[in-house]
Amino acid sequence: MAEFFQFLMSGLTVGAVYALVALGFTLVYNASDVINFAQGEFVMLGGMVTVFVAAAGVPLPLAALIAVVAAVAVGLLLYWLAIEPARGASAVTLIIITIGASILLRGAAQILFDKQFHKLPSFSGDAPVNLFGAAVQPQSFWVLGGTAVIVLLLYAFLERTLLGKAVLATAANRLAARLVGINTATVMALAFGGSAAIGAIAGILITPITLTSYDVGTLLALKGFAAAMLGGMGNPLGAVAGGLLLGLLEAFGAGYISSTYKDAFAFIVILVVLFAMPRGLFGRRVVERV
Amino acid sequence: MPAWFGHRSVTLIVLAAIVVVLPLLFPSSYYFRVASLVWVSAFAAIGLNILMGQAGQVSLGHAGFFGIGAYAVAIGPAHLGLPSWGALLIGAVISAASAWLVGRPVLRLKGHYLAIATLGLGVLVALVITTESRWTGGPDGMAVAKLSLFGWRASGSSTWYWISGSVLVVGTWIALNLGETPTGRAFRALHDSEIAARVAGIDVARFKLQAFVIAAVYASLAGSMLAMMNGFINPDQAGFLHSIELVTMVVLGGLGSVVGSIVGAAVLITLPQVLTVFQEYEHVLLGLIIIVSMIFMRDGIVPTASKWLARRVRA
Repeated sequence: MAEFFQFLMSGLTVGAVYALVALGFTLVYNASDVINFAQGEFVMLGGMVTVFVAAAGVPLPLAALIAVVAAVAVGLLLYWLAIEPARGASAVTLIIITIGASILLRGAAQILFDKQFHKLPSFSGDAPVNLFGAAVQPQSFWVLGGTAVIVLLLYAFLERTLLGKAVLATAANRLAARLVGINTATVMALAFGGSAAIGAIAGILITPITLTSYDVGTLLALKGFAAAMLGGMGNPLGAVAGGLLLGLLEAFGAGYISSTYKDAFAFIVILVVLFAMPRGLFGRRVVERV
Repeated sequence: MPAWFGHRSVTLIVLAAIVVVLPLLFPSSYYFRVASLVWVSAFAAIGLNILMGQAGQVSLGHAGFFGIGAYAVAIGPAHLGLPSWGALLIGAVISAASAWLVGRPVLRLKGHYLAIATLGLGVLVALVITTESRWTGGPDGMAVAKLSLFGWRASGSSTWYWISGSVLVVGTWIALNLGETPTGRAFRALHDSEIAARVAGIDVARFKLQAFVIAAVYASLAGSMLAMMNGFINPDQAGFLHSIELVTMVVLGGLGSVVGSIVGAAVLITLPQVLTVFQEYEHVLLGLIIIVSMIFMRDGIVPTASKWLARRVRA
């Protein structure tokens, strides 16, 4: 039983990070129909900037704040300099633009920082907490708590504020949103900035556990994309559920079946799910008009 | 003008002429190597373009088939005692069979869902190659036996230049002609509108599957060629980044343009060679070039250039 809880906690911890990356994909996709493959680079930036600013002597909370601000700036630049000028391009073209951006960001991080792995200190010590016989890192609670706070804040923002409703309206129908006076360009910039902030926070929270380096973004983007698809693209709750599910699948698959094929379980399950439910677990059925 | 001297023949003759003349300009064997790399990648990109450009289906895991071809010529001779050319054929058959098997359920999906499904397939192939190290050498890769036919061994950059160049010309010829067959027209019909194609009596599922299998075989043969040319192979060739590289070649050159795929491959293979001068900035510049060219040449290099030329000629 202790083993079960051990896998459960590690699965949920990693899954929470996938969930945040998936949430970033969803936010940008809803506002602009763009699949942003540079989403993983925001996570990398969150971790790397915090590490290097903290190493320069800035206290950790302030360093983390600077990292989030830096990631948001990069997200906005990505939108203004690369996505906005390519308005009206096909989906594949836009995907390649964001992949180009991710190559660029990785290259820049390699020059600006270095090629080493880096670690942050755990926020509240390294003494493991005993939970039903499983030894759980305190940092796991930070990751899970942080994810819960972000999800709740995002929910409150979308449902309770005027600006949030503008985002939802833009997601539902961009033309109609523009007709009722919503500045859809602002909404899209907001989505890019917001997804960058969420990604960066995920990066800061997870770095004490998984380390970070300039190239951690690619795999995270793949897993986040997979999680978003598993939940049903464009559905924020689906993204969170998909992320957590993906983390659990990996942890239990690695623990009980084979650790070398850890990454395979996620993709096998996604293929099976897509065969049975081509719109993902929580995706809506869409009727195609001719 | 005789009927056979159409647009396609001109394209083919120009390509063959370039392959023949280019070596005259090469100052060293290094250039033969880079050019061979271009021909091999162009061959894979042309195949992928049949799927993406003609039939309108995305594959983000295409390097998986490239990897199957590459590891077939590595594992066949090393572990099973097969001759290289036999292993190459077996690799192509395995690629075709797996594309056929997984294609049916996968190609029912559309858009981003098709993208993630094909991406998943690619990741799985790469994972198996990386993990089964007893057969594949794991992450370190493995040596590949040289190609030998009737006692003659293919080695050296210039030999491979001629082999890959000839194969590219044949592959281009097939792809150009395919576009004009009923199959090619069916591909284009389902690209434009699947529903309209179905109404017109086209078996959409069958043609999608055909395009997928053809693209897989192209990739597999390219993978085999690269492996034998390098005499070495590692899992990166089957990985996600290589899949993306292939897609970028197709889109950068121009979706649906066979010549575009060759140009796209040439740009993407030679750029990093040129950029090594800037070593540290290689990735930054590569990313920048991809972004800028996709913003300003949305249709890809070749269609944009020919549109520009047509405008100039008319003016």
